[in-house]
Amino acid sequence: MKILVCISHVPDTTSKINFTDGDTKFDTNGVQFVINPNDEFGLTRAMWFKEKQGANVTVVNVGGAETEPTLRKALAIGADAAIRINTPATDGFSVAKQLAKVIEDGGYDLVIAGRESIDYNGGMVPGMIAGLTGANFVNNCIGLEIEGTSATATREIDGGKETVATSLPLIVGGQKGLVEESDLKIPNMRGIMMARKKPLTVLDPVDAEAGTRSVSFEKPAPKGDVKLVSPDNLDELVDLLHNEAKVI
Amino acid sequence: MSVLVYTESEQNKLKKAAFEVASYAKAVADQLGTTVTAVAINSGDTSELGNYGVDKVLKVSNSDLENFNAKGYADIIKQAAEAENAKVVILSSSADSKYLAPLLAVGLNAGYASNVVEAPSSISPFTVKRSAFTNKAFEIAEIKSDIKVIGVSNNSFGLVENSGSATAEDFSPSISELGVTVKSIDKATDKVTIADAEIVVSAGRGLKGPENWGMIEELADVLGAATACSKPVSDLGWRPHSEHVGQTGKPVASNLYIAIGISGAIQHLAGINASKVKVVINTDPEAPFFKAADYGVVGDAFEVVPQLIEKLKAFKAQ
Ligand SMILES: Cc1cc2nc3c(=O)[nH]c(=O)nc-3n(C[C@H](O)[C@H](O)[C@H](O)COP(=O)(O)OP(=O)(O)OC[C@H]3O[C@@H](n4cnc5c(N)ncnc54)[C@H](O)[C@@H]3O)c2cc1C
Ligand SMILES: Nc1ncnc2c1ncn2[C@@H]1O[C@H](COP(=O)(O)O)[C@@H](O)[C@H]1O
Repeated sequence: MKILVCISHVPDTTSKINFTDGDTKFDTNGVQFVINPNDEFGLTRAMWFKEKQGANVTVVNVGGAETEPTLRKALAIGADAAIRINTPATDGFSVAKQLAKVIEDGGYDLVIAGRESIDYNGGMVPGMIAGLTGANFVNNCIGLEIEGTSATATREIDGGKETVATSLPLIVGGQKGLVEESDLKIPNMRGIMMARKKPLTVLDPVDAEAGTRSVSFEKPAPKGDVKLVSPDNLDELVDLLHNEAKVI
Repeated sequence: MSVLVYTESEQNKLKKAAFEVASYAKAVADQLGTTVTAVAINSGDTSELGNYGVDKVLKVSNSDLENFNAKGYADIIKQAAEAENAKVVILSSSADSKYLAPLLAVGLNAGYASNVVEAPSSISPFTVKRSAFTNKAFEIAEIKSDIKVIGVSNNSFGLVENSGSATAEDFSPSISELGVTVKSIDKATDKVTIADAEIVVSAGRGLKGPENWGMIEELADVLGAATACSKPVSDLGWRPHSEHVGQTGKPVASNLYIAIGISGAIQHLAGINASKVKVVINTDPEAPFFKAADYGVVGDAFEVVPQLIEKLKAFKAQ
């Protein structure tokens, strides 16, 4: 089984979000970049397919040279090879077109991406890859088993979960549940050393028209001070929620 | 050249989110000087959509699609968009709509903007505001393609009533192979879901253990709210994973979010910032949540929550 894991290179969850160049660019100053959390769950699930079912795992990113440390980290966690498509990721549709080309050329059986990236929050790349390649697609995937070419997947739905049957080739939009937090691997010294020798191929992008263009960014308006209510006067809270906030 | 909106239903009844996306579609149609067509799949009575600005409903009845199927549903909406020559297609931010939207966008070769929080600020160029960086910022995005797909963030636009009436037509698109079949569904049908809820009652590690959630559920019951929790609470197995909210959990965009015994870590706040009004109940006045909240009670949850339940019961009985 050939598995491709799509890796988005995103600011760490504790990052302060600021913008530069007249609020048109994300300010990377002092920001630590990591593997998108949803992708990290997918990568670990792929490692289990490798250990238990002999899968071969490639990781891929669409982005500039600055994303290579993130790909190296994925190699240190255990992926066999990495691909970087050398073009800035500016729009989900064009990223999906780049990835679809790699998937078709590489003949992958299973593609694991994240349900969404924590920076762009598009929630669109995995579904668009599925639309472009015609492969089956399960989103919000919290459990995945594969036997031969048959797959059983569990997906989170609003208010519960659902188990579905499908077949390879398959694209998955994954999240926590594919594996648990405690299953995530922290690269060890040996992994880091080995990662240096693993192939990281840089590919030229194909022509891919974007669907959207980022014009600018805004930060939410600063919030006023909290109104404190004494625990002995909860009638006041009920009154505020009803008459002032008008939410009950 | 109408605006097309996919109005979702559950068990043959339109969901509340359907009326919100219809309201949004009406606002876009007014900007474009056109009408609104809704597409409804296995929806039962759809006449109420007229009250939210829908002019025509394309009704699809298909017993093969009793269970949601992203590819099948995307196929139907695509054919409806083509039949109506729609240039703008509006969807909600439910798990199902977010699942089908990218498939639909590819099918229509359309740019797709998700998590959109306001009506377009301009229609030429077509510009929308969407939340990004997990609610820590907004992105102003231009959709450049001829056809545009918009996912409206839940509870961001609200319901806008419009006195009108919607005609209904049967619509029978062809459905290709589905590829994914539902084997089983495990869902509490009597509970409000986090995605649909107008009020969410959420609790954290301050509650000490799963045995103390009775009062949280009771508070949620009184308010008709969904229950949620912080990440450690679900990691510890005190509550199901489906209740975990935050940057790595479910996003919350309710009108009211009540946080009980939750410190307010940046990753938690990121997921709930889109909620309009936030209340915090915490023993520690230094807890970061007080900086993010609108109303706060510095106090012990085990004393405050039972009293609050009584006060709310009295208020509801009025
Ligand atoms: C990569 C990453 C992703 C993360 N994603 C998420 C996420 O999506 N969602 C999330 O929630 N967290 C997330 N976290 C974890 C987050 O950083 C915090 O650890 C977590 O939110 C803390 O949960 P808590 O507030 O329930 O617990 P604590 O931080 O332990 O806070 C408990 C609070 O309860 C108060 N308290 C104690 N007793 C009482 C009482 N009797 N009455 C009232 N108050 C009381 C305390 O004063 C304290 O403020 C993430 C962390 C990382 C590193
Ligand atoms: N630039 C990228 N390179 C590789 N994979 C990506 C990229 N952007 C997004 N993805 C994948 O698509 C998922 C969803 O991203 P998004 O559509 O931006 O929310 C991510 O979790 C990744 O798995």
